[in-house]
Amino acid sequence: MKFLRKLHDKAEPLFHKGGKLERLYPLYEAHDTLAFTPGEVTHGASHVRDALDLKRMMVTVVFALVPCILVAMYNTGFQANAALAEGMSADGIRGWIIDVIGIGYSAANPLACLFHGALYYFPVLLVTFVAGGLIEVLFAVVRRHEINEGFLVTGMLFPLILPPAIPLWQVGLAIMFGTLVGKEIFGGTGMNIFNPALTARAFLFFAYPAQISGEKVWTAVTAANQVDGFSGATALGSIAGVADPSAADAWKNALMGMDITWLDAFLGKIPGSMGETSALACLLGAVLLIITGVGSWRVILGGVLGSFVVTLLFNAVGSETNALMNVPFQWQMVLGGWAFGLVFMATDPVSSAYTNRGRLIYGFFIGVFAILIRVVNPAFPEGMMLAILFMNMFAPLINSMAIRSNIKRRLAKNEAV
Amino acid sequence: MLEHHLSLFVTSAFLENMALAFFLGMCTFLACSKKVDAAFGLGCAVIFVLVITVPLNNALYSLLLAPGAMAWINPSLADVDLSFLSFLTFIGTIAAVVQIVEMVLDRFVPSLYASLGIFLPLIAVNCAILGASLFMVERDYNFAESVTFGLGSGVGWLLAITALAAIREQMRYSNVPPGLRGLGITFLLTGLMAIGFMAFSGIQL
Repeated sequence: MKFLRKLHDKAEPLFHKGGKLERLYPLYEAHDTLAFTPGEVTHGASHVRDALDLKRMMVTVVFALVPCILVAMYNTGFQANAALAEGMSADGIRGWIIDVIGIGYSAANPLACLFHGALYYFPVLLVTFVAGGLIEVLFAVVRRHEINEGFLVTGMLFPLILPPAIPLWQVGLAIMFGTLVGKEIFGGTGMNIFNPALTARAFLFFAYPAQISGEKVWTAVTAANQVDGFSGATALGSIAGVADPSAADAWKNALMGMDITWLDAFLGKIPGSMGETSALACLLGAVLLIITGVGSWRVILGGVLGSFVVTLLFNAVGSETNALMNVPFQWQMVLGGWAFGLVFMATDPVSSAYTNRGRLIYGFFIGVFAILIRVVNPAFPEGMMLAILFMNMFAPLINSMAIRSNIKRRLAKNEAV
Repeated sequence: MLEHHLSLFVTSAFLENMALAFFLGMCTFLACSKKVDAAFGLGCAVIFVLVITVPLNNALYSLLLAPGAMAWINPSLADVDLSFLSFLTFIGTIAAVVQIVEMVLDRFVPSLYASLGIFLPLIAVNCAILGASLFMVERDYNFAESVTFGLGSGVGWLLAITALAAIREQMRYSNVPPGLRGLGITFLLTGLMAIGFMAFSGIQL
């Protein structure tokens, strides 16, 4: 450790003003503060000591994501293995690696599933960090700001909201767009209006609608290799497309057709975006975020309430043509990206509302719009991400209104005294 | 009936948002969105003008201008087609209503009147407002529908411009690259907001 520190300190003058690598100072700084505790203190008069700086805060989010990442790898592999026809193997280099290791394609073997899934998850993660990191470093060097851990979180979140079979060039293009337009043009972490990961996801939604929706992308198996009669649609997609929506409990029939129980959906053994399927993993993440105070419980509570109210409303109205309207709340919670979005995307401290009352309102509307888009918009049954992006747009307005009403209330209080 | 009007309202406010789906009324949308107060006031003025002019133009069009519309005056006028006058008439109506709004604001809300400045009379040539009247003709709305449509488009425009103004107020804390400051970043923001509004595209009501 000491040796590393020394090596590090020796390199330091190179990056300071006048040093050879002066322009690359952001890279040095990022490595320094990530690997060691920075020795810098506040320069001004007010000096608050707190172990929780921006880096620790962001790393907490990454820790909270660990269950989701594990489930993402396991479930991606599980879905792929379950869909592979007997005797078939994965295509290309993935098949070669699995053959060399000799772990096989048994859906019943958790290790085999985890390994197969990792072969899909890690390339996406790698491309995200390389492509997005390129933009981040470029801006840090040219604009002379520090490389921010905000990108670490964005880069961890983004692969989890992608379908496993997405082409890697789309991943790279989208994250570059998200980092550049969603964040860097506003000045970097903490100054953006829209969540960069969601901006990237929305870019994919609208730029390549054929590839990011439909039935083919949710399972990492090519058409030639899969078992007969395999559909690959997500649960929400198959409810939306159920053959006979006027039948009583049409949504139940659709789920039964896919052989999904509520527990499956809660644990995450359903097709979907890599990290979104497991409500349990999101719940674990939510507990950590709420205990550490990094994520706001008000946003989450608001979201649950909003979704609950709208779902009750839809259930009460009912529908003969849209089976999604009749799906009860306990199912809405575990399907699609609802849980993941609410826990990790909506609570993003930068793009959500800042005031406590504002957070409740912000969360509530996310919940409302998520179910609304999911149910009435046949184009996007996975509408959670779009709902959050939509509310990102109104978060500043909520802030401004909350502050105004506070000012008004206090003025009235003082006048009364 | 109520359901139809509700869906028309939602469609015109969100799905076919004047500012963010059709990019109409951009000049005022970009120029008057620095302060939430001014943006809100302008949005209200736009709602007011839309709710009056769209139905008024609807009445004028269906009673006088549309092909054969004047048959109710005299059967001999049944084959008169004055629809080539519709642009002129619509603009005239809009200009008159804007004039009234201006006088009312000047008298009762002088602070808003001062902060809107030149953009208030410019509502008269705001493309969102003329656009609403033209859409009304194109889509064959009846009188009641055009009231709802005017209200919906106005509310959608108000939502869009106040959201943009709040974002721009909050962006005081952002560090935008110097070359993009001002209108550049506002254009990009408008694009991002339009992506947000695309969440509703494809909804069938």
